Amino acid sequence: MRFVDEFRDAEKAQALAAQITALCEPGRQYKLMEVCGGHTHTIYKHGIDDYLPESITLVHGPGCPVCVIPMGRVDDAISIAEQPDVILTTFGDMMRVPGGQGSFFDSKAKGADIRMVYSPLDALKVARRNPDKRVVFMAIGFETTAPSTAMTVLRAASEGIENFSIFCNHVTIIPAIKAILDSPDLRLDGFIGPGHVSTVIGCRPYDFISAQHAKPLVCAGFEPLDILQSVYMIMGQLAAGRAEVENQYSRVVPWEGNPKALGVISEVMELRPYFEWRGLGFISHSALKVRDSYAAFDAERIFEVPGVRVTDPKACQCGEVLKGVIKPWECKVFGTACTPETPIGTCMVSSEGACAAYYNFGRFSRDRVKEAIRT
Amino acid sequence: MCLGIPGEVVELLSDQPDLATVEVSGVRRSINVGLLENEVVSPGDWVLIHVGFALSKIDEEEARAALEFLEGIGQAYDEELRALQESGIDGP
Repeated sequence: MRFVDEFRDAEKAQALAAQITALCEPGRQYKLMEVCGGHTHTIYKHGIDDYLPESITLVHGPGCPVCVIPMGRVDDAISIAEQPDVILTTFGDMMRVPGGQGSFFDSKAKGADIRMVYSPLDALKVARRNPDKRVVFMAIGFETTAPSTAMTVLRAASEGIENFSIFCNHVTIIPAIKAILDSPDLRLDGFIGPGHVSTVIGCRPYDFISAQHAKPLVCAGFEPLDILQSVYMIMGQLAAGRAEVENQYSRVVPWEGNPKALGVISEVMELRPYFEWRGLGFISHSALKVRDSYAAFDAERIFEVPGVRVTDPKACQCGEVLKGVIKPWECKVFGTACTPETPIGTCMVSSEGACAAYYNFGRFSRDRVKEAIRT
Repeated sequence: MCLGIPGEVVELLSDQPDLATVEVSGVRRSINVGLLENEVVSPGDWVLIHVGFALSKIDEEEARAALEFLEGIGQAYDEELRALQESGIDGP
């Protein structure tokens, strides 16, 4: 099932693809990174790669919040869950993420009380209903999700709910993009900017990408045509020798972001000096922790957290996938030892992870790729 | 968890000013609209919903296009919708 068969605007897409091709400089190779996991999902679901000229490669970035959580943080959360009278609550995506000592599912099977929730407010509700338990919310996500966690802490504070805390693993997108731009492994020509993160942070924080690195970034929506149009806008900038931040998704993303959302994040949370990202290593000022004024809601201060650093399994190349250095199917264990049912790496766990997107929509196995190259 | 899904505001709850009832693909649920404090939200408006919170107001045309797209992506949206359905952030 491919883009052209199913997409209602196939003609528009073809026209855009032709315009994109016309903007390519003969002999030049282009690498564009889509930062957001939601975009990766769309790209594979609709085979957008097939629409682009061969000289343009779409590279997947680090914008899947589940994928960037290092194994040690999963172990830390499990250690909290296994303490007396604790209920750990988490988004469903986290359940199968492997830590060094197994996943949340494994820990639950051994008797820990770990529950899936849709919203941090559901976690707060669990706390209200279980006053004799200590309810911890495993908070993950970029700036899209952090305001919701912050609002929930504010709510807990105003209601005086004392048995609720968060294990804060919120990360921020800009330092990750900086780390990728500084990485010697990869030469990128431009960025397809994240859509929903930008509804919160707006477009201004990306200015350094154009100003200091002379590369275009276009904030993009999630439909196939949005992505093609964003590629067209990036290619137009490159052809004209421009490097600017543009907003293809202006019907949803306000240029200034959501000031209220930014306000509640900074009321409740502050930047950590550093945080470990799976595959990217330690990045300065790249994650959030609970401020002193809300210490009563900070699981890291309430519980003893081992904080052990766990090295990723040798076979797993999620790090290279998250940095866009390799394609998912180039990983040694892709589709063989590592599948969505039995993931080794986080990129195979979340439906927004690049490996899961490839596996679910492309089903490339290494043998098939070899075969394709041979024929 | 990362999906943003559009919902139509059907009712604002006067006793709980942060909450609104929205309809998403036929499912009615309460969501928190506290992050839209700087904007006026009224029944008939469309909002982008993420983990139980409205992140931004969106226009109806965008909302319908996004919904059509999401309904086409299958599993990830079905899971998100089921999770929203099971969620009940309003009551105690």
